[in-house]
Amino acid sequence: MGTELLLFYLFGGVAVTASLLVVLGRNPMHSVLLLIVSFAALAALYITLDSPFAAVIQIIIYAGAIMVLFLFVVMLLNAHKEDEYVSGGAQTMKKPLYAGALLAVVLAAELVWALLRTDRATDGLLTGGAAPDAVAIGDVRVLGQLLFTDYAFAFEVTSILIIVAMVGAVVLAKREL
Amino acid sequence: MIPLYIAQFGIILAVFGLLLVAAAIMVYAERKVAAAIQQRYGPYLVGPKGSLQPIADVIKLIFKEVLRPKGADRILFMLAPIISATAAFAAFAVVPFGAETDLFGLIDHRISLQVADVNVAVLVLFAITSVSIYGIVLAGWSSNSKYSLLGALRSTSQMISYELSYGLSLASVLVIANSLSLTGVVNAQSGTWLGFIPRWFVFLQPVGFLIFMIAGVAETNRAPFDLPEAEQELVAGYHTEYSSTPFMMFFLAEYINMVTAAAVATDLFLGGWHGPWLPEYLGWIWFLVKIGAILFFYIWMRWTLPRLRYDQLMTFGWKVLLPLAALNLIVTAAGVIYFGN
Repeated sequence: MGTELLLFYLFGGVAVTASLLVVLGRNPMHSVLLLIVSFAALAALYITLDSPFAAVIQIIIYAGAIMVLFLFVVMLLNAHKEDEYVSGGAQTMKKPLYAGALLAVVLAAELVWALLRTDRATDGLLTGGAAPDAVAIGDVRVLGQLLFTDYAFAFEVTSILIIVAMVGAVVLAKREL
Repeated sequence: MIPLYIAQFGIILAVFGLLLVAAAIMVYAERKVAAAIQQRYGPYLVGPKGSLQPIADVIKLIFKEVLRPKGADRILFMLAPIISATAAFAAFAVVPFGAETDLFGLIDHRISLQVADVNVAVLVLFAITSVSIYGIVLAGWSSNSKYSLLGALRSTSQMISYELSYGLSLASVLVIANSLSLTGVVNAQSGTWLGFIPRWFVFLQPVGFLIFMIAGVAETNRAPFDLPEAEQELVAGYHTEYSSTPFMMFFLAEYINMVTAAAVATDLFLGGWHGPWLPEYLGWIWFLVKIGAILFFYIWMRWTLPRLRYDQLMTFGWKVLLPLAALNLIVTAAGVIYFGN
């Protein structure tokens, strides 16, 4: 248990630090890379939770596929100008700042509320059912069966959402088809 | 008796060293085979028949000056080759290269000849491949040079496009083998049909093997898919601005990636360390022979086929290879359900 706790604090610390630097950093390129570090630390946390499949998928999809696209966008927009934008347009930045602060307060309240409820999580109130045992989560076969039986609806809805987003992107990018 | 962890450590060191040696041999073989195909001698001055040429090259590269272009991002410029090389070495960690062994009775337990036997090995391989893309992107961006940037963009879009077909052709093998672990896949290929045909998946999955090999060449940025470093257009692609040791790391990563791709192809389609005549504990000899054959094929292809045009490459990847791979997976899955395993 000792090592597990140590690893939790290590990778949790890395994730939190990297995430903070993402928000506080001035260079968008570095922010994107630190976000990848944060995702990698989360993947390590999944491994300590006996769920290597989720960890690897986290790396492949988030750190691998999605962040590469992010990186492309940042690279091609050549977004070096954030500093000037902030210092030059302090007045115009006020409103988004207020909205952001409000959202942060809501998020904090939500977190506190969720954390206060953790004692009830063992009853299955938060997980929506009895907690499956750790070995079953790691098994890809069990995961696949659950995904296509119990969670089939959520799965299909997600895939429709992604298809819609993709079609939308193509329509927006190509004016005449 | 040697304790288990020392044996494990020994295997890690051996894999690391052998990968370096393999990269050196590949460089030499590439130049010699190229020379033979073009009716030249190739390197022949350093060492017997020029066989020490790679070592001479390494020494030359180490003693060169490390140059950094003006306006390059200092941290990322140095980080990029490190990411590339690390990912290349890490990918081989999950690749098994021999049957379980007790190292001729030196240790109590039987250990498998690989660094880490992960039960989601194939996915780990993919995760590391997707991370290795960052080495190339960052090299291209941080160099502050248009050739590097264009090379990196091409390289990345090529790798992302062909990764899909790569993954799908691999998935059909996993469906047949009923396992996500590479050791499991290899062990599913032991034995023979009718007494003489080895039960290699290449015979069950000829289309899958073809797709895997083509996508593998594209993944490793080799000719005829070496668009990222198309010399006539891009000087050298993403590593144009690199010199000395950082350049060497890219070079190393490229050759190690080839070795890994060949090793994975061997494990998935060519029965890994299974082969006739040799006892199982010498299976790694078969493994080396098979890898050598695939790598020779890579070199042969490079010096035979001209480079594709970029739009041809993308059209081929998305409109031919990907549908074919998807179809192959569907047919395989249907076959597995119909015939059982």
